[in-house]
Amino acid sequence: MNIKYFSWVRDQIGLDEEQIELDPKVNSVEKLVSHLIKNSEDHSKALADISLIRCAVNMEVVNLNHKIKNEDEIAFFPPMTGG
Amino acid sequence: MIKVQKEDFDVNKELKKLSENKNVGGISFFIGLVREDLSKDKCHSMTLQHYPEMTEKMLDKIEIEANKRWNLIGSIIIHRYGKLYPGDQIVLVGTSSEHRKDAINSCEFLIDWLKTKAPFWKLEERESGKKWVEENFKDSETVKNWK
Repeated sequence: MNIKYFSWVRDQIGLDEEQIELDPKVNSVEKLVSHLIKNSEDHSKALADISLIRCAVNMEVVNLNHKIKNEDEIAFFPPMTGG
Repeated sequence: MIKVQKEDFDVNKELKKLSENKNVGGISFFIGLVREDLSKDKCHSMTLQHYPEMTEKMLDKIEIEANKRWNLIGSIIIHRYGKLYPGDQIVLVGTSSEHRKDAINSCEFLIDWLKTKAPFWKLEERESGKKWVEENFKDSETVKNWK
């Protein structure tokens, strides 16, 4: 699975993107966040307050209980500020 | 038409393109600029980061939506990314129609939508330091009114 990070989430984690092999038990966005938090202190800090973060699966914004699979592209970012 | 680019754009060129069709009776434009902000905490630059594949997809989608809701002859969205300075153009939305209301309302809809649904993030370099621009709750409420 490819995971991308943007804005201050990227700054805090220190990665633009990363590849992980998804454990089949990690089958929702919420479970993925819990899984990533265990990865490093930076992940844990960046994703600590999930209410500040939005998630896109295959470039569609989804909620936390959205189901995911290994082929999906995931992105984590704060609310968008375009225009 | 959608363009996501680093380079500046020429409003006159876009105006000419939207004027080519002789059925066009009105054109509406919105152009967003980087604000220096004359408060004490002056803005020196703004760096726009984006999620390229998602940006194209979302902008395409919203342009189709505007064309469904209003009777448009032409539409264009140009959004820049990279490092910009006060006075620089960030975004252009242009719509053309036979009658003014379609152009004016769709233009407002598109820019309201871009504010909260286009995957861009702005890093401001101010007098006090660097800071990511936070969500503007007013913008989030405004976009809800279009549903």
